[in-house]
Formats: sequence, structure tokens, C-alpha cells
Amino acid sequence: MTVATSAMEPPVQTPLLEVERISKRYGGAQALSGVGLRLYAGEVVALIGENGAGKSTLMKILGGIVIPDEGEIRIVGQPVRLSSPSQAMDLGISLIHQELNLADNLSVEANLFLGRELTWGGPLGLARGKAMEAKSRELLARVGLNVSPLERLSNLTPGQKQLVEIARSLSMDARVLIMDEPTSSLAQKETDRLLEVIRELRQQGVCVVYISHRLREVEAVADRVVGLRDGKNAGEMTRAQINYAAMVQMMVGREVDLHQRNAADSGASDRGPVLRVEKLRHALSRGEGVSLEVRPGEIVGMAGLVGAGRTEFAETLFGIRPRVSGQVYLEGQLGKIQRPADAIALGMALVPEDRRQHGLILAESIGGNIALPNLDTHQVARLLRFSKIRHTAHQGVTSLRIRTTGIAKPAGQLSGGNQQKVVLYKWLHRQPKLLILDEPTRGVDVGAKKEIYDLMHDLTRKGVGILMISSDLEEILHLSDRVVVMHEHQKTGELTRAQLSEESIMRLATGSQS
Amino acid sequence: MSKGESSNMFRTFFSNPTVGRILGVFLLVLVLYGLMVGIEENARSLENHQNIARRIGEWGILTLGAAFVIITGGIDLSIGSVVCLSAVSFGILLENGANPVVAALIVLAGAGLIGLFHGFLITRLNLQPFVVTLCGLFIYRGLAQFLSLIDFKRLLDPALRGTGRILRDSSRDVGVGGRGDLGWFFWLQKGDFLGVPMPMWIFGILALIAAIFLHASVYGRYLFALGHNEQAARYAGVHTNRYKVLAYFLCSLLAGLGGILFLMKINSASPSNAGNWFELYAITGAVLGGTSLRGGEGTIIGILLGTAVLPLLKTLVIFAGIPSDMEFSAIGLALLLGTLADELLRRHSEKARKGA
Repeated sequence: MTVATSAMEPPVQTPLLEVERISKRYGGAQALSGVGLRLYAGEVVALIGENGAGKSTLMKILGGIVIPDEGEIRIVGQPVRLSSPSQAMDLGISLIHQELNLADNLSVEANLFLGRELTWGGPLGLARGKAMEAKSRELLARVGLNVSPLERLSNLTPGQKQLVEIARSLSMDARVLIMDEPTSSLAQKETDRLLEVIRELRQQGVCVVYISHRLREVEAVADRVVGLRDGKNAGEMTRAQINYAAMVQMMVGREVDLHQRNAADSGASDRGPVLRVEKLRHALSRGEGVSLEVRPGEIVGMAGLVGAGRTEFAETLFGIRPRVSGQVYLEGQLGKIQRPADAIALGMALVPEDRRQHGLILAESIGGNIALPNLDTHQVARLLRFSKIRHTAHQGVTSLRIRTTGIAKPAGQLSGGNQQKVVLYKWLHRQPKLLILDEPTRGVDVGAKKEIYDLMHDLTRKGVGILMISSDLEEILHLSDRVVVMHEHQKTGELTRAQLSEESIMRLATGSQS
Repeated sequence: MSKGESSNMFRTFFSNPTVGRILGVFLLVLVLYGLMVGIEENARSLENHQNIARRIGEWGILTLGAAFVIITGGIDLSIGSVVCLSAVSFGILLENGANPVVAALIVLAGAGLIGLFHGFLITRLNLQPFVVTLCGLFIYRGLAQFLSLIDFKRLLDPALRGTGRILRDSSRDVGVGGRGDLGWFFWLQKGDFLGVPMPMWIFGILALIAAIFLHASVYGRYLFALGHNEQAARYAGVHTNRYKVLAYFLCSLLAGLGGILFLMKINSASPSNAGNWFELYAITGAVLGGTSLRGGEGTIIGILLGTAVLPLLKTLVIFAGIPSDMEFSAIGLALLLGTLADELLRRHSEKARKGA
């Protein structure tokens, strides 16, 4: 840990990058006002803040994508104007977007050198394949990625692709590396690997700006935390001051009590289970299949590592994936579920993991999205009842406090948390008996997270049964009345509230039977 | 190179989805060829092989252009009409005494301009490729018909001016003006070298250049990258619009060449029929050869094989004694079966891979 110690000392050199009194306005909205930021070589700075706090605007200004209205940017003391991405790159600032900007259909090597290939033959632009391959090996070694440069990018895992992006930035001699939510689609192991690489880069003198909602990771890797709130600086913490609760307070501006679930929240009754699954198997299943029960008013957490088959289980339950064998009972009645429509008719609802792909029609309005699974009650003789659709949409916006300028706004333009609320309401309007939530708070900021948690407590008090899949152990520990743990498409155990701990879950999640 | 590495390369090669397609279309070509020479003795003649090769050359040139556009994620539906307009313009130039080389260059320049126009509309004005080239399909054919109406002799010769109407009453087939001095130039279409018809040679050479362009130069990489993820390419500093325009330019340029060869084949071109369906032949060849209509996938070797399918099928239909009125149905059905087999094969191999 000698590196960490040296990084703790206050830096004395001129800042590598300095931003002063930066402001940016989009139409009527002030995205940033008078923000300052100093970055030094060889440190990891975490930039935290709720959605809409101005993180991405600040980042885009540094990356030359957005030009600020006011303020000054200095690189090693020299004032500069960042007016295009390529100019920022030339100055050593590299931005890694949340949605990776790689071409899946090309090789690793072609991606590393895209736009800056080594060529011969002048205007013929013939690729120097061997030279680029050799250089690729060096770059890949630097980020500790052990794949062939000739491998097609589509064969890599999300974590490996993330490392390819980093290697690409390094090849451009990036001195400031800005990463936006780099771990949002990574498995735990890949996240650990990434954090390790970030520490190595710090040692090589690179400044890493780490933007993440995952405060545990920030705790683990950051030398300094800079908070933004409503487009203004909200404070700063040194290594020694960094802790979870203080970061949350800095982001939200008040203390947030993520209410711990207790017996009073659980609407559990003596009634029979709302859902009983017996030995459910799909094409990828191993062993005898998964059995479980969800009682009314209960939150059953489903834990496991990425790839444990939790989403596939939920999809089979909901009729998206063909069921190979096994039975599903709703309130004691055998349910014949062959397609999602059957599941919906039986009173089930699924809030999917990938809300942009499966949860919402991004180009469609909030109202249209909410109406979609509710069209049966919003029509007369197959003709749409527009006034009722509007009424329902307003109900949703009010009751879940969806922050939007109107129900006609396309869902794709909302922040992550508000998108998730739209998905939730489109199902809640049907008053489901069983709600399946797949990663309900992924990419959602702390404020919205609390609202979603409160909503879940509320629903269970009314007797709804919830099956919640989550990779966030904290969330599982926090919310579950009971936890089912999966490993390689098998259920490896079930834990009651009293038995719950990170260790007991991880033991089962890695496959050791308890 | 270590052994592990070469096996890795082997794996990389076969995990590339286009490779499976190439093997599939290779099999298809083998089967079609086998059937053809199997059923009919006449099919084994050198002449038949030459006819097929000539047709592969003629259509293959168009397929190369279509493939460039499809790789960028676009489409060009105007190919057949550009062929027609080029053939008609070339014929009119020859009828009026132009030097064939000069005439060909003029036609190629015009075709190239059409491609630049498409590219401009698609990149600058953000119009959809399908719509732009669909409009082109109508416009260029109409233009060809109009050109054939004009009596250029009356229009250009001062002595004849005012002796009659400049516009004819109906469109006509354009010829070469009965010129006897064109043989050396027309050899490029009608001749052969080492027994291989010239169009096949031209196609082969162009395919070789295209292979280098697409697979060994950075421009090819840019086309593939922008076809799959345009934003990634743009963020990497690639001038994506420039390369999109280039694809449409090359496509129309090659269609222009196709038009020149079309006229030279039978010394005549009908404005209403010349090049009919050719865009669909070109797209079919490219797609059969593994060029994905979603963009970002495709190989020249696949396109070479894919191009061979339709000429073989057409010949096979004739030799199999299927009435010519049913030719299109037979071809469509055969393609559908081939696609089905390909899909089933793909599912099977995917299952096998997952099971492993």
C-alpha cells in the first residue's frame, strides 16, 4: 500500500488541468454555474453528484464536446480553448463514454488504432498490420488484458472492452483519463480488475477522473472526491475524509436515510404464497431447476454473480423464454404461461434489467409508454381513449413524482431514475399481485433510489409480493425479507433475514453449498 | 508464432460470422454448378462456361458497388437505372460520332456525379438512403427515356436545324449509329483473353483492387467501422461523411461502367428495359456473399461467390427445362431455400458451440 500512502500527501506541483468559474446554459436550464476543478498528475479524482448535477456537462467540456459560456481552462498553467474532441485528445485529455465507442465488428487492434492507423503507401492508406499488432500487444499488456489483438471485439466481455477503451486512450498519450460510469455493466471480478488498472495508471502519472454512482468503488479507489450539486461545486474530500454517508450527504445536500426494512414493512400474512415455482427449467438450466415461493407482502431478493442465470429465470417465469419443464402457481392456481401476455393476465409484472432496450420505447412519450401494457382498459372498440391515457399518465407522474416537463416528453430524454419510474408505473397501474424487479436501481441516483425503495415498502404493505433481482449486495441486504441465491443457473440456497450477511450470500453465490 | 497463438488465429477466423457465410455460399455455388453440369451435357461446353463468366463479370461489377454501400449500412436502389442511363448516354454519344474512350469517360464522370449527389443528400441533408436512391431509380430511367427522344442530329447540326421536330414522338432503342470503327473498343466486352471473357477479367481486376481497398487499407476499416457504429468512428476522428459519400460514388461509378458494358454487349439499349432488376441482382449477390444489410460485415471473397449464384441459377433454370415464364419464381424459391438452409445451419452450429 505504499502507493496509496504517497498519493495521500497533498500535491504541490502545478495542476495538470485546471478549470475555473465554468458556466454553461442550455436554453433555460443552467447546467453549470461557476464550477472549479483542479486535477493533478498521478491522482484519482472521483466526480460525484446526482443525475442532473452537471457531471456530464463538465465532462463534455473537458472532452471538447461542449463549449462553456464562461470560465477558463488551463493545462499546466497555460490557458487553452477546447473546441473539439480531437483538440482535447491532442492536449492529452481522453474521455471514455458510458456507452463504449467501439466497433464490435472490427478486431481489437483495429479498434485500438481506429482513426490513427499506421500506414504505408501514402494516399493509398495501406494498413501496417504487423506493426499495429505489435504495438497493440504492448498497449494491451499495459492494461493487463490478455487477448489476441486479432480477436474480434464482439467476442470480448464488457469488462475487456472497457480495458480496450483504456488502452486506446493510453495509445493517444492521455494524461487525463475521464471515465463515465465505467463499471455499470461489469461483473464484480471485472470491476476489481478495472480498479487495479486505475491504480496502476495513477502510478504511471496519469490523472484519472472517475465518475460513478457506485460509492463503494469511489471509496475503494479515489484519492479525492469532488461533489457537484445543481451545477455548482458541492464540496471536496481528501482521501482521509472519504466515507459513504458523507458522500451521499454531499450529493443530496441532506442526510438520506435509506430506510432499513423491518418487520413492520412486511405485509406478510398467513395467506398462501402469491407465487410458487416448482423446478422451473429453461434451455440453459442445469440440475433439477429452480423452486421458490413469494408470499404476499414479502420482498424476496435474488442474489448471485453476473451470469448466474437470474435474469434468465425471471424471463422464463414471465414467458419470454420457453419453459422446458416445471410449474408456476399464482395464488395456488397452476398458471399456464407461454408468453408474456399470459403472465400479465395472471397478475404478474416484470421490470426488466435493460430498461432502454426492454423497458421503454425511448422515442415514445411518457404517456404512450405508460399506456402500452394498459391498452386493454384504455380503449373503446379497439379505438384509443386519449383522455383516459392522459389521465393515467398524469396519475403516474404525480404519484411517483416523475420529474418531467410534461407527459408528452419522449421517455428517452428523462434521467435514469425518472425512466425507471415510468417503467414502474406502467406496470403498477395494472395493480399486479407479483412484481418482478430486475436490477431496479441500476444507473439511478441516490435520491431516486430512496424513492424506489420507499415505493417497494409501500407496495408490500399493501400485500404485493416482490421478487427482486439485484447485483448490489447492499440493496439485497437492505430490502429482502428472504434471499434466494443462484449460481450457474441453479439455486444454491435460501437465506432468512436472520441468516443474511455478505459472507453467507457470497458463499452461496460462488457455488459452495451451505 | 507460437502454436497457441496460431490456434487462436484459427479460432478468430472461424468465430467471424462472415466466414460461416462464405463457406455456406461456397457450398451453394458447388451444388448449383454440380446440378447444372449433371443434368445437361450442353452445360459442360466451353461456350456455356464463357456465357456464365461473362454474366458474372457484368453483374459482379455492380455487386462490388452495392457491397460498399451496404457495408456502410446504406442501400442503393438506383443501380439498374444508372446502368440504363449510362448505356443510353453512351449509345447516344457513339451515334453522334464521339470517340469511344472519350464517350466512356464522359459517361463515367456523369455516373460518378450521380453517386456524389446521392452521398450529398444522405450525409448533408440527412435523407434516408432507401428514399434517395428509390427516387433515383425513377428519375434516371425517366431521364434515359427522355434522352432517347431527343434527335441530337437535328439539335447539333446547323444545316439540319429547323427541318423538323427535335423531340421524337416515342422513346426508342439506342444503338451505336452503325459505326464500324468500334471493334477494338468493344473487344473489352465481346472479346476474351486466355479463354476468359473480358467482363470477367475486368470484374476480377476490380475485385482485387476492392479487396485491397476493403481489407488492407484504412479506408476499408473506416467503412466497416462506420457501418457498424458510426458514432464510434466519428469520435475516433474518422470523417464518416466523407467515406459514406465515397461508397455511393463508387457504387454509381461502377454502375456507369456496367452501363457501358451493357450497351457494348448487343450494340443496343432500350431505355425502358436496360438494367431492369440489376440493383436487386447486385444486392442479392452481395447479401448471399455475407454482406449484412445491417452494415459493417462483408468480404470480397464472399461477394465473388455470391455473385456467381444468380447467373448459375438462371442457367440452371434454362437447362432444367423450366418455362421461362416461371424463371423468376424458380430463382426466388431457390434463394429462399438457400437462405433457410443457411439459417438452420447457423442455429445448429450455434447450438453445437454453446454445448461445447
